[in-house]
Amino acid sequence: MAEQDLDIASVAQLARLTLTREEAQLFQDQLAHVLEYVDKLREVDVSEVEAAAHAVPMFNFFREDEAHAWFTPVEALENAPHHAHGLFIVPKVVE
Amino acid sequence: MTPRDLPALTVGELQEVLRRREVSPQEALVALHERITEVDPEIGAYLSLDLEAALRMAETADLDLPLGGVPIAIKDNINVAGQPCTCASRMLRDYRSPYDATVITKLKKAGAIPFGKTNLDEFAMGSSTENSSVRTTLNPWDFSRVAGGSSGGSAAAVSANTAFAALGTDTGGSVRQPASLTGVVGMKPTYGRVSRFGLTAFASSLDQVGPLTKNVRDCALIMNALSGADPQDSTSLPVPVPDHTAQLGRDIRGLRLGVAKEHATTGIDPQVQRLVRAATDHFAALGAEIVGISLPHTDYSVAAYYVLATAEASANLARFDGVRYGYRADGPVGLLDHYERTRAEGFGREVKRRIILGTYVLSSGYYEAYYSRAQKIRELIRRDFARVFEQVDAVISPASPVPAFKTGERDSDPLQMYLADIFTIPANLTGICGLSIPCGFAESPDGVPLPVGLQLLGPALDEARLLQIAYAYERTTEWHRQRPPLSARKEFAA
Repeated sequence: MAEQDLDIASVAQLARLTLTREEAQLFQDQLAHVLEYVDKLREVDVSEVEAAAHAVPMFNFFREDEAHAWFTPVEALENAPHHAHGLFIVPKVVE
Repeated sequence: MTPRDLPALTVGELQEVLRRREVSPQEALVALHERITEVDPEIGAYLSLDLEAALRMAETADLDLPLGGVPIAIKDNINVAGQPCTCASRMLRDYRSPYDATVITKLKKAGAIPFGKTNLDEFAMGSSTENSSVRTTLNPWDFSRVAGGSSGGSAAAVSANTAFAALGTDTGGSVRQPASLTGVVGMKPTYGRVSRFGLTAFASSLDQVGPLTKNVRDCALIMNALSGADPQDSTSLPVPVPDHTAQLGRDIRGLRLGVAKEHATTGIDPQVQRLVRAATDHFAALGAEIVGISLPHTDYSVAAYYVLATAEASANLARFDGVRYGYRADGPVGLLDHYERTRAEGFGREVKRRIILGTYVLSSGYYEAYYSRAQKIRELIRRDFARVFEQVDAVISPASPVPAFKTGERDSDPLQMYLADIFTIPANLTGICGLSIPCGFAESPDGVPLPVGLQLLGPALDEARLLQIAYAYERTTEWHRQRPPLSARKEFAA
């Protein structure tokens, strides 16, 4: 497919990840190389193949819908970078 | 037996001295801790140690349980309540687990004592621990070389006798490859055999937790403790768990071992090739039948893997948004800036590289060409193995095409690093089980012996049979008894 139109800046934006100029250049080169290699997947005829899940197919595996003890609010906030009054504090979202 | 001798024991041997009350679990822990203090500063297998918490658990250890009183080191991407779980990332530098992963709950139920969190490539992405944000774990056999990865800390600890056994995780070979490079036993269970609840997800359709041990019996003992369905993991398999030790010692005469013609690729170190061939001959001498097989889609597995694994990783790592836990950038200007800088400052280079690749292959216009196609090739690889396992009981190959490589030798060329996963990746793609056992030593150009691992792959849920085959090899060879001459080196220095 040799789609070397990998636009690092727009992909980084999709991934919510700021890259330095140096990183962007490095990844551009390295990932172009990786994608070129991945192109070998094109050699295979997959027209008759369904996508795979895993070795032991299983579906609709449910557990009982029962309430059980889990984190208290205090525990849930223990690792929060910013919290106050039992709430996560986040940057302003609406203007 | 003096306390200094304790860390060299296997899990089985430790249990014997514990049950005979020759040693208390506390004494074993203190002896292990001393050994770690002595040799780990150079090796760097551990990221954190909490001796006090472990000693508290040891007080009430029930020695009659299957792993009663046995300390086990845990890869630092598995949650142990009250302990850090950094994934060797800046992103989780200050994180403390509020809960136990199911594998930890199960280990504790079996009497084991989780002790020490081990180094890894950041978020388990890598084959050398060079992607750890903390440091590179060095190979106990040769400090100029890597211990492999991503479970390099766990492997190095077992190899250096600074752990009796350890847990690792294997997404593309991350238990088997470091086991191979450090001369220990490492197993990747069948997908779904072991719960992933509490493991920090990298690629959810590929990840499995597995043991790293000094011998095959220890591996079987730990598999007994880890295995089984978990209501918290809907991909864990609701099937009975056999006693993995039951078949150890049984004859392997008549069992069929496959050697794939596609595995004779160029790029295998000649010494590795020679040792694996010798191990194959050894199996033949034990009465196994060696069968030539074909796995025609082998050559596509690495490409398919790096599409699927990065795609899943990009989705899984989206959770690191600097809100509920983990690192958060200071003083953001608005929400977007908050996300972008938090992630830019929190993630290391390889993780960023994989997020970018994964985001790209999932993005509109490329999904069919990459992700969907890779899934279909995964199915073809699965069919290859399904066909092969109608003919043979296990497939035999190297675990890694090369022995431990020098630090810094490969970290500038990601593709080169990825290609070395050729033998291990298919097991993750297809969900089957596999393990690596020591099968000899290559000699480095400096004349240092470097361990080489033999990989056995078996059909889904056939771990007990794989362990039987591995045990037959182990009990008639001495490779697994070899340990790096660390203490001797220490004494010479003194």
